[in-house]
Amino acid sequence: MHEVTAPPGATAPVFYEREEHAHGDGGTLIGFWIYLMGDSLIFAVLFATFGVLGRNYAAGPSGADLFDLRLVAVNTGLLLLSSITYGFAMLEMDKDRIDTTLRWLVVTGLFGAAFLGIELYEFTHLIREGATPQRSAFLSAFFTLVGTHGLHVTFGIVWLVTLMVQVRRLGLIDDNQRRLLCLSMFWHFLDVVWIGVFTFVYLMGAMR
Amino acid sequence: MSAVTGAGLVRKPQDGGAAHGADHPRGAHGTFKGYLTGFVLSVILTAIPFWLVMGDVLKDTFMTGIVIMAFAAVQIVVHMIYFLHMNTKSEGGWTFMALAFTLTLVVITLVGSIWVMYHLDQNMMPMSPHEALQKP
Repeated sequence: MHEVTAPPGATAPVFYEREEHAHGDGGTLIGFWIYLMGDSLIFAVLFATFGVLGRNYAAGPSGADLFDLRLVAVNTGLLLLSSITYGFAMLEMDKDRIDTTLRWLVVTGLFGAAFLGIELYEFTHLIREGATPQRSAFLSAFFTLVGTHGLHVTFGIVWLVTLMVQVRRLGLIDDNQRRLLCLSMFWHFLDVVWIGVFTFVYLMGAMR
Repeated sequence: MSAVTGAGLVRKPQDGGAAHGADHPRGAHGTFKGYLTGFVLSVILTAIPFWLVMGDVLKDTFMTGIVIMAFAAVQIVVHMIYFLHMNTKSEGGWTFMALAFTLTLVVITLVGSIWVMYHLDQNMMPMSPHEALQKP
């Protein structure tokens, strides 16, 4: 810091910021975005593994035998609905309305939990039929890819509940707004990954 | 926003303080109309592939595969724009830069793995599941 003494009678000198620097959020959002990009590489590797092993049934059941597309369609709808309800929560956050923000977050969490419930039902159903991850390379790759996505949704819900407690206790302070923004990116990102899952794994798998 | 440093010294961002730091401009987290547009587009882009596969509309597995992959690609772009508010300007273009770099790596990983492994598979000696079980 240095003092600039303007000559008497002159207007104060104006300095223009020519470069972007020192963001108000401390660079958290761009950092979190880069984490998400890293996460998409994890999913890319799992998708590639599934692409390579997806037809190796080892004389076991194939996707066409196992997948119930109506269930997958319901799950896709649930995740899509949770994406837009999270969007509504962000719009309410912009208006500084704590109650409605929390209400939309609860709705989002419920959709996420319903998604997980259906996915777990599907997994237990498959395992009871003998289609376990150990059965074939196809099933190993399937459970790893879909399971990793499900694990992300699980942690997303844990994070969501944590933030609901934070918002209830501290209100929509800057820190909480930043956290909610990060979770919104995470949540929408999971929906993007799910597009790949239902297309590449379920729809393509059911056709074979 | 940057604090005023020094006496009689005014600092102004060159863009008039529109998109800087914690003071997000209105609509930075999307608008109601934006979310709704994205949602309606996504529902359409999801429903058509499910209809194509479940109703066996095209009667051709390969063609259906190509078409639903194209729908998935379009839907990913829709989600990026309407839900993740992706643009080439935010954070000085670095989010877009990171996305472009990641997409490159994802394409190399996916296409490369499937291509290489497909050719490897072609060049292997054929083996029945029974023979595979007898292998040491």
